[in-house]
Amino acid sequence: MNQTIVRIPTPLRPFTKGADEVRVHGATVSEALANLGEKCPGLLERVLDKDGRLRAFVNVFVGANDVRTLQGLATPVANGAVLSIVPAVAGGAP
Amino acid sequence: MLVLPSEVRAEIDGWTRAGYPEETCGLLIGRPHAGRAETARAILARNLNRERARDRYELDPADFLAADLAAREDRLEIVGVWHSHPDHPAEPSETDRLAAWEGWSYLIVEVTRSGVAAVRSWRLQSQRFVEEPITSS
Repeated sequence: MNQTIVRIPTPLRPFTKGADEVRVHGATVSEALANLGEKCPGLLERVLDKDGRLRAFVNVFVGANDVRTLQGLATPVANGAVLSIVPAVAGGAP
Repeated sequence: MLVLPSEVRAEIDGWTRAGYPEETCGLLIGRPHAGRAETARAILARNLNRERARDRYELDPADFLAADLAAREDRLEIVGVWHSHPDHPAEPSETDRLAAWEGWSYLIVEVTRSGVAAVRSWRLQSQRFVEEPITSS
């Protein structure tokens, strides 16, 4: 079974007991995230909306590529791939 | 509390002045402790929002990824975000609040034509921004 490393940003580490990486299984981004959600209760709700889509303020990268530019959550992940959850950083003056 | 060494503060000041009248943004790299972030360095990132660069920022995720990787190699992490408010107070806007994450410091620099007017730092707590003190050591 494919094993993937998921890099966890600081704001989501309260859900991983402080770990900056979590090893998960899954052949696609969607499966890897589902496994992450099983291992880290509460985390998935911060990444996906209630319809299971990526939240607007969250990006997920496979290696150096944003999954939104690939096949979204259906993007395949190779064994040993690194998946990064990247919080969108945005804002501005009034 | 945000620990911001004076040389890091000076670097950020320089970036916000050089970018004026557009918004500039970047990340704070360091070590987080309970409610206290110790900044070791800052990075300048690209603002992807070119249409409204005077009053909006959208930090390039590729810059985030690169900064995160470099931080991990040094056993540091991203502890916060900094951005400028050209000709606006160093207070978080509703736009800032909607996109903010708990656990990070949000440093805001008020910059005007004559230079940096104010620097303040904020943390999101229960969906509200609370100001935190800044110290240089």
